[in-house]
Amino acid sequence: MMNTVAQRAPKSASNFAPAKAANLCGMNDRIKRLRKLSFEAKPSLSIERALIETEFYKENYGKYPIPILRALNFFEICKRKTIYIGEDELIVGERGPKPKAVPTFPELTCHSVEDLHVLNTRDLQRYTISQEDIDTYEREVIPYWKGRTQRERIFGHVPQEWRLLYEAGLFTEFMEQRAPGHTALDGKIYKTGLFDLKERIAGELSKLDFMNDVEATDKQEELIAMSISCDAAILFAQRHADMADEMAMTEKDPKRAVELRKIAEVCRWVPAHAPRNFWEAIQMYWFVHLGTITELNGWDAMNPGHFDQHLQPFYEKGIAEGTLTRDEAKEFLSCFWIKVNNHPAPPKVGITAKESGTFNDFTNINIGGVRPDGSDGVSEVSYIMLEIIEELHILQPGSSIHISSKTPDKFLHAGCKVIRQGHGYPSVFNPDIYIQELMRQGKSLQDAREGGCSGCIEVGAFGKEAYLLTGYLNVPKILEVTLSNGYDPVTGKLVSIQTGDPRDFKDFEELYQAFLTQLRYVVDQKVRVSNYIDRMFAKYAPATFLSLFIDDCIARGRDYYDCGPRYNTTYIQCTGLGTTTDSLSVLKTHVFENKTHSMDTILNAVAKNFGSEEKLRQFILNRTPFFGNDNKEADSLAVRIYNDLFDTIDGKPNTKGGYFHLNMLSTTCHVYFGKVMGATPNGRLAGRSISDGTSPSHGSDTHGPSAVIKSLSKLDQIKSGGTLLNLRFLPSLLKREEDVAKLAHLIRSYFSLGGHHVQFNIVDSGTLYAAQEHPEDYKDLLVRMAGYSDYFNDMNSDLQGEIIARTENESF
Amino acid sequence: MALIFDIKRYAINDGPGIRITIFMKGCPLSCVWCHNPEGISVHKEKLYTKKKCIGCKSCVEICPEHALTLTRDGIISNNDLCILCGKCVEVCPTLALEMSGTEYSVDYLMSEILKETAFMDRSSGGVTFCGGEPLMHSDMLLELLRRCGEEDIHRVVDTTLYARPEIVTEVMQNCEMFLVDLKHMNSEKHRKYCGTPNERILSNIKMISEAGADFFIRIPLIEGVNADEENIRRSAEFLSSISWKRKEINLLPYHDIGKNKHEKLRTIYNPGSILMAPPSEEVQQRTIDIFEEYGIRAIIGG
Repeated sequence: MMNTVAQRAPKSASNFAPAKAANLCGMNDRIKRLRKLSFEAKPSLSIERALIETEFYKENYGKYPIPILRALNFFEICKRKTIYIGEDELIVGERGPKPKAVPTFPELTCHSVEDLHVLNTRDLQRYTISQEDIDTYEREVIPYWKGRTQRERIFGHVPQEWRLLYEAGLFTEFMEQRAPGHTALDGKIYKTGLFDLKERIAGELSKLDFMNDVEATDKQEELIAMSISCDAAILFAQRHADMADEMAMTEKDPKRAVELRKIAEVCRWVPAHAPRNFWEAIQMYWFVHLGTITELNGWDAMNPGHFDQHLQPFYEKGIAEGTLTRDEAKEFLSCFWIKVNNHPAPPKVGITAKESGTFNDFTNINIGGVRPDGSDGVSEVSYIMLEIIEELHILQPGSSIHISSKTPDKFLHAGCKVIRQGHGYPSVFNPDIYIQELMRQGKSLQDAREGGCSGCIEVGAFGKEAYLLTGYLNVPKILEVTLSNGYDPVTGKLVSIQTGDPRDFKDFEELYQAFLTQLRYVVDQKVRVSNYIDRMFAKYAPATFLSLFIDDCIARGRDYYDCGPRYNTTYIQCTGLGTTTDSLSVLKTHVFENKTHSMDTILNAVAKNFGSEEKLRQFILNRTPFFGNDNKEADSLAVRIYNDLFDTIDGKPNTKGGYFHLNMLSTTCHVYFGKVMGATPNGRLAGRSISDGTSPSHGSDTHGPSAVIKSLSKLDQIKSGGTLLNLRFLPSLLKREEDVAKLAHLIRSYFSLGGHHVQFNIVDSGTLYAAQEHPEDYKDLLVRMAGYSDYFNDMNSDLQGEIIARTENESF
Repeated sequence: MALIFDIKRYAINDGPGIRITIFMKGCPLSCVWCHNPEGISVHKEKLYTKKKCIGCKSCVEICPEHALTLTRDGIISNNDLCILCGKCVEVCPTLALEMSGTEYSVDYLMSEILKETAFMDRSSGGVTFCGGEPLMHSDMLLELLRRCGEEDIHRVVDTTLYARPEIVTEVMQNCEMFLVDLKHMNSEKHRKYCGTPNERILSNIKMISEAGADFFIRIPLIEGVNADEENIRRSAEFLSSISWKRKEINLLPYHDIGKNKHEKLRTIYNPGSILMAPPSEEVQQRTIDIFEEYGIRAIIGG
């Protein structure tokens, strides 16, 4: 029995409202048409990749060493897959046969007929597939992979202790259905073509010392496989060039015919050679992106890293030479943006497929930030990207602005204006802190500066690191199990070790130590299986194409999954710091300090989901120091938990010479984790979300955003590989120009206090209706009107109705 | 010692930058449209938010004076019996009952203000004292202003300027900026709507302008009260006659938000049923135009 894993949907996914009109005026007609097509395209499943791969494996499995088998498999797909060049497109290439057609990866996990039916019919995140394709899949694909998939390998191995915790929802496991990814690139592909890489590989091959190096043969196999992967991508591009030329011959519109010939020229040049201009640079990245997500289905698809910095030289050269205008550059980039939007995440299998999932594949464009030499990274390209985000308003790619102490206010203000639109992005990152995070983990200064965030909020050294997220840790659930002496109160099953009945604990310290013992046990189980999975990918699913772009895979002759990268980090993402802190604060304050309630009273009320105990629940909600209010007692508890999470996780060795590190992201997993939990002592009811990232519990922060920021800044964020703060703002807080400037000041203040990330959700009327229904979850909603300010919850329903009406009408 | 009825962090409408605003209880004026009617009385007052009440009767049971009854309309307090001991507020699990007005020491208030320094520093913000009327509590206000001055914190006083000129002068010497409301030019009408005549206010405005103090003028723009052309013209004349460097005012269009607070106080909003309405777009524009004639820029909101 597998549990539902609602893993990675960003805030932007929920904020994504197609009905809300984008600012279309800045777009030219081509982009309007492409954007419309992208909106209208329905995600579908393509069985093409699975068919090619299954045929290839049937024929060739056992004939080649695994890396070479994988590279040849990739080559076969690039050689045979349907090529698509759409009308109007300037940047070309699709993972599937058409936009939003997603392939499957049966070598990792093979969808059953039932899975395919569910995907085809479920309400949310539906992927359509024809009955004919389902039949073919059942006949051609499923029988071969039975017993051979990576997922079966993993679940065949996992110990019972792990399985019990996993099924109870104490953690999730990222790599049971998707390959380790979390990759972002540095600038090397803009200076190095695949032919150059092939030469470098040949050089490494010639240097192999078969007499003295015991790994020489392994390295030889890996290097040959990398070389084959280069050929595969060059061939793939070549096929696009041929198709574009063919289309040009029959194209009636002479202008489009010229474009098609130009596309052919671009595709004949990149990725074989280093790009020469802006267009080629974007197409170069796109081919590398496509290759990576075709080879395997790695988490967080693929990220270009500091894309504005990489494109800046091409932009400036084009402008100086008169071969590129600003509008053209924006058009190319808009085409790229829409390309990413056309690539939804590959769907999952099992019960997971029924109840969860997101279309977002977590490409995150880093804008601004610092350069490897430490100087400010903002350029005109950064501003163009902000314009595109504001105008296109599409789900993918995600975007983030990176605000160092050197970033000009002008750029921050431009970013804040996009934030004010309420799309949920860009999120805001602090390079001054994450550079220190990366250096603490052992990166060189320059590699750290070239780093940034990919996916959600996790940081890594772009182009030099495999920094793998392994899954979320449900920290409040660990407390829940502690309070039930090892049992999962939801199922009644004994799922963990027994650390005593908390009713017998004499003081808070005894309770806290029991919690720590449980925490260490759960983390150990997770680490054990993570390490096993890492080896399974190194052995059975090397990523020989991706390895080309991450230093020092070629120099070491080792795969991305097998110690090739210069740095190898394994992150465990801890979710629910707020819920855990607040729950412990309740027990500490009311049971052990003020002694107004016994442990038994509170635990019984929790067990009954506060059924007849609303008075107690309200007392807890309103009379306990909670995290997020700049309150010394609650915040010091949060700091203690955070430090203990760090001590438990950080520094455990992984299988690649690197270490486990702490991460604090949650994406939407806090929703799933909440579903597998009963009520918690902080007054949260059963099944409701736990707190996200390092944000306060929903509605527990009642002193405004600056107090939240003060609380968060008490965590030594440099010890993590990413913290996450979501702040909710009503549009009325951002109405005037000077309010936007004040938002910028708020961000600068947080960052000067050591904050890693902040994201603003500008609430819409839907949120306010929800706040009327569940006021306790929305105690933080602050309303500011000229000369007046109050909390939304404290207003009478007439006034709330008026605020809702204003929110609906508010447009900027 | 003044009672404090609210402390607001991330205050972005009370002066430059990001501020913390301290609300001091008690005001010599009693404007019918007042947004913060709980700031008028210098005494503690119980606030009751019916929506939050779950009818648990904790307050009824604990009240030593038996002043509370649970009715269909929520908790009713017999103010003749209530001694404002606050026991009901302490036990109320939902904060439906709250006490407006807390005795905080200057030290405590300073520690709260200093919590916001990171934000003030980045945004050129600071602290704003408002009310009520902070000048009613000049001893405490001056002590707070001096202490903030020692901490290099930018100080704004949001005031009616209905105070003795000596006090205004002393406060002026200990703050960087005033926010002043100009409610009506006609003293009789000022008395009718705000409970006091306006001469003292106008002369204080003159005085601080002559002394070179920095201040912002805000006009609550209320149709039926002060939005008529005559009053606006007289306001503009007055403001253009004083030596004042900003020449910029904020117009705050009327809103009956005060109702919400009166419900909590269980008092009646606008008991004299004075006709008040938000100014129409035309009236707002006309007001802006009149001020422009006099060389003053009027901005809606602020």
